Amino acid sequence: MNDIFQSVEPMIPALRRYARALLRDATAADDLVQDCLERVIAHWHRRRNNDPRTWVFSILHNVAVSHLRQRQRRGAHLSVDEIGQEAFAYRPTQEDGLLRQDILDAIGQLPEEQGSVLLLVSVEDMSYAQVAEVLAIPVGTVMSRLSRARERLRQILEHPARPIARPGTQLRRIK
Amino acid sequence: MSGKPITEDDLHAYIDGLLDDIRRADVSAYLEAHPEVASRFARYGDHRADMRAALDPVADEPVPTRLNLTHLMAARQSGRSSVWRSAAAAIILLVAGGAGGWGLHGVLQPRGEGVDALAGEAMDNFATFASDTVRPVELRSDNMAELVAWATQRIGRKPVLPDLSKSGYRLMGGRIVSTPYGAGLMLMYDNDRSTRLVMLSRPMKADRNQTMTSYSQGNVDGWSWATGGMGYSIVGPMPANELHPLADDIRRQVMARA
Repeated sequence: MNDIFQSVEPMIPALRRYARALLRDATAADDLVQDCLERVIAHWHRRRNNDPRTWVFSILHNVAVSHLRQRQRRGAHLSVDEIGQEAFAYRPTQEDGLLRQDILDAIGQLPEEQGSVLLLVSVEDMSYAQVAEVLAIPVGTVMSRLSRARERLRQILEHPARPIARPGTQLRRIK
Repeated sequence: MSGKPITEDDLHAYIDGLLDDIRRADVSAYLEAHPEVASRFARYGDHRADMRAALDPVADEPVPTRLNLTHLMAARQSGRSSVWRSAAAAIILLVAGGAGGWGLHGVLQPRGEGVDALAGEAMDNFATFASDTVRPVELRSDNMAELVAWATQRIGRKPVLPDLSKSGYRLMGGRIVSTPYGAGLMLMYDNDRSTRLVMLSRPMKADRNQTMTSYSQGNVDGWSWATGGMGYSIVGPMPANELHPLADDIRRQVMARA
C-alpha cells in the first residue's frame, strides 16, 4: 500500500484545484475529493489503468459530474451566509482579484463537458491523450470540445455585458 | 518546414506546449503569416494563463485534515479490522432490508405484477448492474446474435434490441435476469460520458397493454409501459423528462418490429 502514498498523495492539491474549478464551492469540492480518495483507497489494487493520475482524475471527474447533475436537478442548497464566502472559489483580495473571478465565472458558464476538457488541458497540464482517458472519450472529441470551449470562453469574456444564466439554479434556503 | 498543413489541433497544441521543436517552428511561421489567427490564439493563450493564475492558489493551500491520506487509510483499516462491527452491520442491513423490502412491497406493487412492478425490477437491476465495473453485462454488443437467441429461448419470443444511437447511447450488451414473474431481458446502454441506462423487458400477465408512466426512486428515474403482452422499462440516473424521448424512441422501434 506504500505506492499509494507515492502516487496519490502528491496529486491531492491538484485534485482540490480541479474540483474547486468545477464546483466553485470550496466545501463541496473538498467533499468530492474526499469521496474520490476513499474510492481510490478501496479500489487501488483493482485498478486496471497504468497511469495512476488519469485513473484518479477519472474517479474524481465521475464523482463531480454526478454531483453536478444532482445539483442541477435539485438546485444547490446554500444558506445565506454560505453564499458570501464559500460559494466563491476565490475571494478577491488583490488588485487582479476581479479579473480572476471573471475567468472562473466564465468557465462556470461553459457546458460541463467543455469546461472539464479546458481545465484538464490548461490547468492540469494533461496531454490530449490523457484527457481522453480521464473522460473516456476519443481524442478527436477532446480536440473539438477544447476548440469550442476556448472560442466560447473568448466570446463570454469579450462580451461580458450579456448575462448568461449559470447552469443549474441555486435554491436559496433562508434560515 | 515539413510541408504538412497546419491544423486547428496544431494551433491548440502550440499554446499548450505539446508540440515538438520542428512542428513548433512550422506553427510559429504560420502564425507570423496569419495575424488574425495569431491574435485569436494569443487570446486563448492569455486565458490559459489567467485560469492558472486564478486556480493555482487553491493548490497552494494546505491540504485539509480530512483529506490527509494517512488518516483516510487508517480509517479504512480500522473499519476493516472490526469483524464484529461488520457482522453487526450485516445483521442491521439484513433486518432493514427485510423490513424495507416488505415496506416497498406495498409501494412498488400496488397492482401485483403490472408495469409498476416492472419499473421496480428495472430500478433494482439498474442499481445492481449499472454500477458494476467488472462485468455489467453478460454478453457484450459484439455478441448480440447470441443474446437474441438466449433471450428467445428463455422468454419465448424474439426480443427487439432498440438502437439509441440517435440520442448518443450505444448498446453495451445485456443479460437474462430473474424477475418475480420469470426471466427478463436486461439491456444496458452508455454514452460518451459513461452514463448508463438500463432497459428491462419481460412478458406481462397483468397490464398486458399499458400506457407509458414515469417512475422515480432516489436519483433514478424511468418510464414503463406494456404492449402486446410485453412490458418495457427504461431507467437511468437523470430526470424523467430527459428519458422521455428515449422511451418514445424505444416504443416506436418495438412497435415497428412487432
